[in-house]
Amino acid sequence: MSETIILGAVWTAQAALVLAMCLCAWRMIAGPRAQDRVLALDALYACAMLQLLAFGIRTGRALYFEAALIIAMLGFVATVTLAKFLMRGEVIE
Amino acid sequence: MTAHLADVPLWAAILASAFLLIGAGLALVGTIGLVRLPTFYQRIHAPTLGTSWGAGGMVMASMIIFTAGSGRLVLHEILVGIFVTVTTPVTLMMLGRAALYRDRSENNPEVPPIVPTAEDEADGQPRG
Repeated sequence: MSETIILGAVWTAQAALVLAMCLCAWRMIAGPRAQDRVLALDALYACAMLQLLAFGIRTGRALYFEAALIIAMLGFVATVTLAKFLMRGEVIE
Repeated sequence: MTAHLADVPLWAAILASAFLLIGAGLALVGTIGLVRLPTFYQRIHAPTLGTSWGAGGMVMASMIIFTAGSGRLVLHEILVGIFVTVTTPVTLMMLGRAALYRDRSENNPEVPPIVPTAEDEADGQPRG
């Protein structure tokens, strides 16, 4: 019984996150400016991290939590670097 | 370390499912805002729904299910929540400042210019 409830909730959550990732991808393609695309990439990273957490709940393994942590770190570094590039025109001065 | 979903008691399953749906729903609402809001400075606020309560709800659900399913306290998911909570303001403030710098250097009329106002002159404080 509890397995059915959890699996149903995880399925719904993953469907909602897939829709959220599609909306982020649309904003990243549509723009209109570079900062909008970077913001959409950051939101896409956050959604991918949540997607991995949901996947970890479904399989019951702690492995996916580590992947989620790595994706969160990559998203942070990528967005900071891109913001610095937009501000200065180069990453390392 | 594994957790078996069938071992989770019913109350924990219902609680974790509620947190899961709240978290994923808020992430979805945030990205709908990202698509629908009209200007960049409004859009930058929307995805933070997904990184504050969205991540918080999913992390909470994961902690409840792993704790109830493996029979001991499992809290390592809180690392993801803390990390996301700390880094999101940093990244978005840097991005907002970069966008403001770009708009000002193009003399975009939608953003306030850097010229000091009469109030700042009276204070003697430069605007940051």
